[in-house]
Amino acid sequence: MNNKVKILTNGILRENPIFVLLLGMCPTLGTTSSAINGLGMGLATTFVLICTNTVISALKNLIPDQVRIPAYIVVIATFVTVLQMCMEAYVPSLYASLGIFIPLIVVNCVILGRAEAFAAKKSVFSSTLDGIGMGLGFTLALTLLGAIRELLGTGKLFSFTLVPEEYGALIFVLAPGAFIALGYLIALVNKIRKV
Amino acid sequence: MAKLKSTLPNMLLSLTIICVCAAGILATVNQQTSGPIALSKAAALENAIKEVTPDFDNSPLAEAYKAVTSDGDSLLIYPATKGGQSVGVAVESFTMNGFSGEIRVIVGFDADGKLLNYSVLQHAETPGLGSKMQEWFRTDKNKQSVIGRSLADGNLSVTKDGGNVDAITASTITSRAFLQTINRAYSAYRGTDAATGATSATTDATTEATEATETTEEGGENE
Repeated sequence: MNNKVKILTNGILRENPIFVLLLGMCPTLGTTSSAINGLGMGLATTFVLICTNTVISALKNLIPDQVRIPAYIVVIATFVTVLQMCMEAYVPSLYASLGIFIPLIVVNCVILGRAEAFAAKKSVFSSTLDGIGMGLGFTLALTLLGAIRELLGTGKLFSFTLVPEEYGALIFVLAPGAFIALGYLIALVNKIRKV
Repeated sequence: MAKLKSTLPNMLLSLTIICVCAAGILATVNQQTSGPIALSKAAALENAIKEVTPDFDNSPLAEAYKAVTSDGDSLLIYPATKGGQSVGVAVESFTMNGFSGEIRVIVGFDADGKLLNYSVLQHAETPGLGSKMQEWFRTDKNKQSVIGRSLADGNLSVTKDGGNVDAITASTITSRAFLQTINRAYSAYRGTDAATGATSATTDATTEATEATETTEEGGENE
């Protein structure tokens, strides 16, 4: 039981996909211009991660080794497309703001990485837990990064104005600000992990 | 169960089964969601039309027609009528000249051709810069606002190009593209109006003349 809890919490800090594994940087830098976008992207990826980890782990003995990558990609692409269609139908505004990054979840390294490194070896239940943990870690990192960029860039947090917009440093909303904020966050997480 | 060996029949069978299952799942989900997707798109468009036109009692979506702009593209026009009287139109306009590609704007004109309101439907402009256009061109400050302007006496352009509209700070390209969508919308709206067809032709001629003058001036500066 203790082991399972460890798998679940693994992704949140110790092996956080963004701050420690440094996987899936493209959507991380691209979508986190606001906290709500970061949260939306994180939750979308979490959904795909849980589904693919579970299914791939269940199918692992049916997939011959030499064709495992194409098989994994088909499974991942299926779930991403399902997610994309559901989002377009039921949350069109979030779908519009995340745009191209939703279909690009297919090539997110976190997902294929976890399928290959974890789900292909472990039991279905462990893989689901790993998907939940990694997804939460990813969501947490993206929301945090989005919140910092939104606050420094526009003075807002989840679209509530905290300081007048004139005091915002525009660079944090743009791409360079993503790199700067991410760099400081990684440094901070490294410091915390060493303590 | 032991893991399947990587033999050709095994690999073919495994991939085929996975792909067939994936196709089945996608077909089902597509069937379930295509209805709601169409509905939500229509609702978004209808809200945008409501926002940019005066009170109407017809259904502009059902009466939409295509109109040709002066540069040969065709735009969708949604006429708004109340009690059978035309109160204005909403024109769905677009340009590919944005800083990051396509910008789609829905523009409302009243029956006299005065710009009533606009709403940006879709864009990929830089957040924090070009993305301000939804608010910027309706803010009543200096020469920012385009609301209430009449395009009958010529196209709108930014002050940098000798026009009368303040561009978004640090986003002249976006501002130019945005004004272009409005000019195109007006040209499509006026182009279809047989009674004012002559006006439209004159306006174009004037604009071209102005542009020609500007080119000459710029040429002079360069030298």
